[in-house]
Amino acid sequence: MIGFELSDDQKALQETARKFARNEMWPKAPHHDKTSEFPHEIMKKAFEAGLMNLSIPQDLGGPGFAILDQCIITEEIAYGCVGMGTSMMANDLALTPIILAGTPEQKQRFVKPFAEKLKYASFGLTEPGHGSDAAGMETRIEKKGDHYLLNGSKCWITNGGVADQLTVFCTIDRKLGPKGICAIVVDKNMPGVSVGKHEDKMGQRASETVVLNFEDVKIPFDRLLGKEGEGFKIAMQTLDRTRPLVAISGVGVARAALEHAVKYSKERKQFGQPISGFQGIQFMLADMAADVEASRLLTWESAWMIDAGKPASMYSSFAKRVSTDTAMKVTTDAVQVFGGYGYVKEYPVEKLMRDAKLLQIYEGTNQIQRVVIARELLKQF
Amino acid sequence: MKILCTVKRVTDPEVKLKIGADQKSIATDNLKYVLNPFDEIAVEEAIRLRDKHQGEVIVVSVGPSDVSTQLRTALAMGADRAIQIVHAGELDSDGVARLLQKVYEQEKPDVVLMGKLSVDNDSWQAGPLLAEYLGLPQATYASKNDSLESDNEKNKVPGITIEGTTATVVREADGGIETLKVQLPAVITTDLRLNIPRYPSLPNIMKAKKKEIKEHTPQSLGVDVTPKVRVLKFELPPARKAGVKVADSAELLAKLRSEAKVIS
Repeated sequence: MIGFELSDDQKALQETARKFARNEMWPKAPHHDKTSEFPHEIMKKAFEAGLMNLSIPQDLGGPGFAILDQCIITEEIAYGCVGMGTSMMANDLALTPIILAGTPEQKQRFVKPFAEKLKYASFGLTEPGHGSDAAGMETRIEKKGDHYLLNGSKCWITNGGVADQLTVFCTIDRKLGPKGICAIVVDKNMPGVSVGKHEDKMGQRASETVVLNFEDVKIPFDRLLGKEGEGFKIAMQTLDRTRPLVAISGVGVARAALEHAVKYSKERKQFGQPISGFQGIQFMLADMAADVEASRLLTWESAWMIDAGKPASMYSSFAKRVSTDTAMKVTTDAVQVFGGYGYVKEYPVEKLMRDAKLLQIYEGTNQIQRVVIARELLKQF
Repeated sequence: MKILCTVKRVTDPEVKLKIGADQKSIATDNLKYVLNPFDEIAVEEAIRLRDKHQGEVIVVSVGPSDVSTQLRTALAMGADRAIQIVHAGELDSDGVARLLQKVYEQEKPDVVLMGKLSVDNDSWQAGPLLAEYLGLPQATYASKNDSLESDNEKNKVPGITIEGTTATVVREADGGIETLKVQLPAVITTDLRLNIPRYPSLPNIMKAKKKEIKEHTPQSLGVDVTPKVRVLKFELPPARKAGVKVADSAELLAKLRSEAKVIS
């Protein structure tokens, strides 16, 4: 059986998230886009409304939402402002490795406090020289007596400046490639941790993106997740779980752009009639709407597969690739529907177009998604 | 303290309404429903009063079986339990007030909080009618002296003050603000500037599932809800006319005087 009806709970979650996006995020989004100011107030309200830390399990004080439920909530958040959404989701990305691979003691220590009070955690995988080739990373740990010493730097770290805690991936022996990678939990106040430059981004400017530097940071052994060498697997398992959320963010952005385009096309008159009367505009709107729906369903399917415990790498890559490409196309077309007005900051759609671009790049570029898909596909026949 | 708080589901104000083919109803296909915004304020106030004085908040609604969705929202905001009077047919304010009268008699609350109006029918009747049928004092359009930006609002301090069996209610009147003292039990209806309702938090939405919703019907309460108000016809408001540009303030004043007749 296939059913697409949301449960009453899911509808209630969606309604709260939608209301929050409309009333709290949407009106403030232009300000944070312009100034790149971190949305502290909104994050505080989002935490109180339970819109953050969606993946913290119930036994650690969180809501323990299934990935599908998280998708339903995240679409609304991204509709409100995907830049703020990226910062709201960063905790889940950083805490998932601990939830997946931490000991019960580590979960109590490194996850539970995030359910109790607003704190930020960041996920550090990418380095200046290693993006898609994550396994080639250079940030390293070495054993020194009763601790590790961490050295190196990580870039594109969401919430890195405001973060209290960092989940960092590093190598213990570069010759081992992916098998030498370790996942560790770093307290940002540890001596030797410093925040480098804040990136001045094209879009998603409400989210904070920084460089983090580590210089002889002493890491006690009890901050290692799993065993030495399991870090790459932990990172990949984490990204498998969070990929549908990036995909659904694309759906949220695209839906916002579509709504603006439809409304504007009915207001804007040329040649004596609203431009929504022209087939050229109608075809664009129709394609935008169909792409949004298709992207959502593909994303829901991938989320459902993860929740059902099925192998979902290929499907979550389908979802990420299709939905975020949709976001780029739909936002670009929305700008086209707005014409010259779409290109200026007085109107809301150029922001959406700038925001969408990042979705095609982060958490695995869409080219890497295609690599994952092709690899799985070629195994099948 | 026992607080009874009424909630009504209304059509989502963001959705464009269509008039039904019979012209006497609103077309209900694809309609979305939300909690009446004024009732949301009443629920918020009830929760704040409960948190300050202890006790419980009971929310009650009348409507088709899926009104449970709006009751769950109120429970997720923090109400303790709910009563649902299942009735799918037509209903006017008088019927609602008579049903609520029965609920009041069963529950014997210390105070009844209601939205001053529901944004769909805009009748403003149910609160005053209920107070009348129960022979209770009433204070309508409860507001407060603090602004919605104040620290008291941020700290979720109730705008209605209750001391012993007296409630002090600040209400918006035509010329300004009026302060009333009413003897409890009483019916109090809430205005827009009383508070900013909280979001039902996502964990509380999940927890609200476990809270009780007790069902009644007009029959089980022994109330005849045959409407006394008959709807003859619904019409859409006329389309707004384009504005006019005036050259200067003198012309504006002249037009306000002679055409709009809003000043003399």
